[in-house]
Amino acid sequence: MSCIKCEHVTFSYENQVVVSDLSFQVQAGDYLCIIGENGTGKSTLMKGLLGLKKPAAGVITLGEGIRQNEVGYVPQQTENQKDFPASVWEVVLSGCLNSRGILPGFGAKEKRLAEEKLKLLGIYDLKNKSFRDLSGGQRQRALLARSLCAAKKLILLDEPTTGLDPLATEEFYHLLLELNKKHQITVIMVSHAIQEALEHADHILYLSQESHFFGTTENFMDSEAGRKFLGRMEE
Amino acid sequence: MMQYVTEMFSYPFMVRALVVGILLSLCAALLGVSLVLKRYSMIGDGLSHVGFGALAVASALNLAPLTVAIPVVILASFVLLRLNESGKMKGDAATAVFSTGALAVGVMVVSMSTGMNSDLNSYLFGSILAMSKEDVAISVVLAAAVLVLYVFFYNKLFAVTFDETFARATGVRTGLYNSLLAVLTAIVVVLGMRMMGALLISSLIVFPALTSMRLFQSYRSVIFSSVVLAVVSFVVGMSISFWYGTPAGASIVVVDMIFFCVSSLAAWVKER
Repeated sequence: MSCIKCEHVTFSYENQVVVSDLSFQVQAGDYLCIIGENGTGKSTLMKGLLGLKKPAAGVITLGEGIRQNEVGYVPQQTENQKDFPASVWEVVLSGCLNSRGILPGFGAKEKRLAEEKLKLLGIYDLKNKSFRDLSGGQRQRALLARSLCAAKKLILLDEPTTGLDPLATEEFYHLLLELNKKHQITVIMVSHAIQEALEHADHILYLSQESHFFGTTENFMDSEAGRKFLGRMEE
Repeated sequence: MMQYVTEMFSYPFMVRALVVGILLSLCAALLGVSLVLKRYSMIGDGLSHVGFGALAVASALNLAPLTVAIPVVILASFVLLRLNESGKMKGDAATAVFSTGALAVGVMVVSMSTGMNSDLNSYLFGSILAMSKEDVAISVVLAAAVLVLYVFFYNKLFAVTFDETFARATGVRTGLYNSLLAVLTAIVVVLGMRMMGALLISSLIVFPALTSMRLFQSYRSVIFSSVVLAVVSFVVGMSISFWYGTPAGASIVVVDMIFFCVSSLAAWVKER
């Protein structure tokens, strides 16, 4: 079953084309990594998938049963959040907003959902801790829990391991893989960490100025674009 | 002591100033937490200078001060927040341009119409005598509106403050809530600046939030603490001003500052 389908999508800022004529399709349960050099439109594509930026041409369709506000998003951590006084509970619960509509406050249903996700990610005992006192890895888990509150089946991550130490990075990838394999959550991730991307993802979307590649990880390794890209990485 | 308090309340202008001041401090503190966390701390300052310019022009033209100042400042507040978003001119630079520009226009207008007199002084540093019955009514309505909106949209405002992109992706209309924040801030600044002074009004917005952020760990407790702190500092500052004849605005800011220093010290000790 298709989760997200992009057909001949082009993104541009003020007539400057950033991504041109991109087509790919993500199936439910896939683990897709979006890689590519800086300035090839990875973040723009992410915005497009989140419905925050309209494509200049082409269409993005979400799969059956997924509404636009049900795409879970794990952003890059911002500078603002480093001293933000909020408990983990408050942060995670804020992911449930999309099921509340105009109503104020949160109901028992949202609280149960938030509790469930905290337990799933093993941070239930951090519930009352302040977000700013967490380690990088714990913070990222909290943001992941929040995105799972918003999403039913699909999460999008934007360079989630930036600034994490190697151990926390490893743990985070492990967690993602578990969510993907055990809980059938579709994962789409923009990443700089090519090694990990190739190790964990089953599909690769490689963006570059000349041409795009989309396919399984194995095919990417064998492709010309893949060899060229990997060769360049090793230098 | 009791005698002092009764004396204070025996002046109608003091009662008015206290009512308006408490309500405005409360609103400013609520909005302040979001503004400080969104890195808009200087916006209050910029807006109050724009307000000063608008008030000066209004009084020179013999127009009702609030009916001119409120729309102008709301407009400025929108422009400043938009500039911050578009990133063509950095937000802090835009605020500096607006604030000094409007201040200059205000000073020009005042000096050409009435000359540099006590009016200017009370615009810049505030006067507790400035509160009329009309101001009391407006402040009550405004405070009620801010409170109701804040409580009703509490979770959305939290989401927009914490992570705007995520909020937008999950269907929160961030533009709407940012505008709400802009309008409410503008109104609080205009109403507050005549009592606190154009140069000091932004302290009501930033101090309680900053002090509370040193002391508390969750968003909700920071909000509660800011409101309580704001009201306490206002009442203490006002009493000092009454007993010692010091300017109200400055007295309140000094109390705010003491609280801030004590809380910073407490946070520092706790970390050791």
